[in-house]
Amino acid sequence: MMTYFPEEVVEHIFGFLTAHCDRNAASLVCRAWYHVERMSRRRVFVGNCYAVRPERVAARFPAVRGSPTSPISTSSPPTGRPRRALDRGLRLLPAAAAAGGRGGRAGGGCGGGAPLEELRMKRMVVSDECLETLARSFPNFRALVLISCEGFSTHGLAAVATHCRHLREIDLQENEIEDRGPQWLSCFPESCTSLVSLNFACLKGEINVAALERLVSRCPNLRSLRLNRAVSVEALSRILMKAPQLVDLGTGSFWVDHRSEAFHRLISAIERCKSLRSLSGFWDASPLCLPAIYPICSNLTGLNLSYAPAIQGSDLIKLIRHCWKLQRLWVLDCIGDKGLAIVASTCKELQELRVFPSDIYGAGSATVTEEGLVAVSFGCPKLHSLLYFCHQMTNAALITVANNCPNFTRFRLCILEPKKPDPLTNQPLDEGFGAIVRSSKGLRRLSLSGLLTDQVFMYIGMYAKKLEMLSIAFAGDSDKGMLYVLNGCKNLRKLEIRDCPFGDGALLENVAKYETMRSLWMSSCDVTLGGCRALAAKMPMLNVEVINERDESEESEESPSDFHKVEKMYVYRTIAGPRDDAPDFVWIL
Amino acid sequence: MKGATCYKNDLENLRATELTLRPPGIDVEEVIRSASIATKCKKRALSEKKETDENEQATEPVAKAQIVGWPPIRAYRMNSFRSRKSLVVDDNNGGIYVKVSMDGVPYLRKIDLKIYEGYEELWRALEDMFKCSSLVPVNYDEPKYAITYEDKDGDWMLVGDVPWEMFISSCKRMRIMKGCEARGQSSSA
Repeated sequence: MMTYFPEEVVEHIFGFLTAHCDRNAASLVCRAWYHVERMSRRRVFVGNCYAVRPERVAARFPAVRGSPTSPISTSSPPTGRPRRALDRGLRLLPAAAAAGGRGGRAGGGCGGGAPLEELRMKRMVVSDECLETLARSFPNFRALVLISCEGFSTHGLAAVATHCRHLREIDLQENEIEDRGPQWLSCFPESCTSLVSLNFACLKGEINVAALERLVSRCPNLRSLRLNRAVSVEALSRILMKAPQLVDLGTGSFWVDHRSEAFHRLISAIERCKSLRSLSGFWDASPLCLPAIYPICSNLTGLNLSYAPAIQGSDLIKLIRHCWKLQRLWVLDCIGDKGLAIVASTCKELQELRVFPSDIYGAGSATVTEEGLVAVSFGCPKLHSLLYFCHQMTNAALITVANNCPNFTRFRLCILEPKKPDPLTNQPLDEGFGAIVRSSKGLRRLSLSGLLTDQVFMYIGMYAKKLEMLSIAFAGDSDKGMLYVLNGCKNLRKLEIRDCPFGDGALLENVAKYETMRSLWMSSCDVTLGGCRALAAKMPMLNVEVINERDESEESEESPSDFHKVEKMYVYRTIAGPRDDAPDFVWIL
Repeated sequence: MKGATCYKNDLENLRATELTLRPPGIDVEEVIRSASIATKCKKRALSEKKETDENEQATEPVAKAQIVGWPPIRAYRMNSFRSRKSLVVDDNNGGIYVKVSMDGVPYLRKIDLKIYEGYEELWRALEDMFKCSSLVPVNYDEPKYAITYEDKDGDWMLVGDVPWEMFISSCKRMRIMKGCEARGQSSSA
């Protein structure tokens, strides 16, 4: 029936398909649909930047530009992988430039094609040249979102600010950015009034405060502003007076003497921000200056105090008591179990909780245990996303949590000491995690820790049918564990395993499974080079990459034996063939 | 291999030029330490990996066992974490010991500024140490005592004016002086 409709009609219908997986499915139906779909796809998500050749992406999707809500996104493989030597970020951008110009060179403008408007990159190496190329090629560029990236400096930011006259968003989250001076903020032209979101909280150096204040003054649509530690409280107060419409604020240093005039000015400035819903920053905040935010606490839906170690126990509790509308809370474990009990009794709307460790070197300051988590599970029925670093956990607690909160979509528990058993019973935590996967039928992401046997994987394979991403460390007894997961989890996309006794038997039993997944990462397991070679030979549609970072002082072996255990292995499906930008210590089999 | 070594060197150079308020030299120690842990891990055969905890605890008695890449925290968070807190190292390496004198008390005390998170903790610790209940500044009251410190330039400053980390890096010694004397001093300053 559909073949009788003109292309424009089909294209219009495809316009309602927004999810990548739906568009991918539609493009597989027939040639006609493939053609219509690719010409009209506006946004691209590349989940694994090694799996595609940038040129192919550009060639297939000439109209890709990114749109206000859906940028071009890429991300690189999980942690543990040396990112320094990778430069996919650089290659993707000229290709994107070429997408507009049908093979035109980057920097030569995009002659007639759709220009790139948005780019979102995670865990990539991005260079200043790359950012400059982007900025010069796409003067209409709107939004740059970089998360956990590195390799660039404030010069790259200056290039973007200078050339992209209609910039709406610069969002830099937790990147390592080289500080080469504060001039970049002055590079925004006077004509730039379109900023909606500016986040430079991760910048380490000083900034030009006067330029920042002028920029804020002339951008009336600014909704989200996250300042870095160099911005003083006095500057913050002045900025808030100019931008009372802010919805999301990263406070900068927030260091102030509560007896001073500056403190009172801060309170007045904050009180005017009636639209503020989300706060973060507080880098140097001391407990005595927290009352400055009490007036707007009752409006807050998001609060991130995870970079404020000076705010502890009782002061955190005083603050939380004001925040009864919180949906998202990120804190350090110095909140303690008592603090989490207050969260449970106050924040009935809580959906996402992240508790980070404040002292991983074990100096013994107050931390959280299973009690805090249990309290939250009783008090916050809407909780569905959890990241919890703690020193201990019990099966009984996990079972209680599972009963109280059957709606988890993300459940990441990190018990700081590897292989730690239930302290009450000395048993592994198989039953506890088993209860979680049994009760939360919508679970998509799971991270395990503590002492675990093959049994937990049997539960996961049996019950976690919607699971897409699983992270395992220091767990399991034998190959059976890994096989339970590979055979049972129908929707598995990403599997990351470290320090587990899984070997070639597990790796090679169900090789077809890897083609249904985005990637498999294994490090410090029992997989051998021979096993990896066998996998590569059996499955030509998979790239099998092995990383062995050896000391230069060791004699270089002609060719390590097949029995040699690999340090790190990364397997992913691809149609692009082996990549050519791998560094020396990565072997592609 | 080359790539990995170059990466480590570049990282060290980058860290050396980074502007920070912390005392110089700490980061280099960190890099050497983590590099040595990494080397130990590489040299160890994989079958011995399970004994990692025990081995590392034997060779690193002061710091808790550090397994490469554990706990799974983003590099950015780890770095900002390290740049704030002191490592649990020998007092000789990491502590900032300053003398504290109090007017009317015949003997001085010595404290390690690195073990406190901020002014609150410091004031409470001093109260405890000198058995004095009125050191924590309260809004608008005339303070009985003023806590002052001598900075790098030899000037006597009121404790609490600058961010904590700036304070601990510039404080040479402290003096708790009687409130009236402090006020007398400040009016002549």
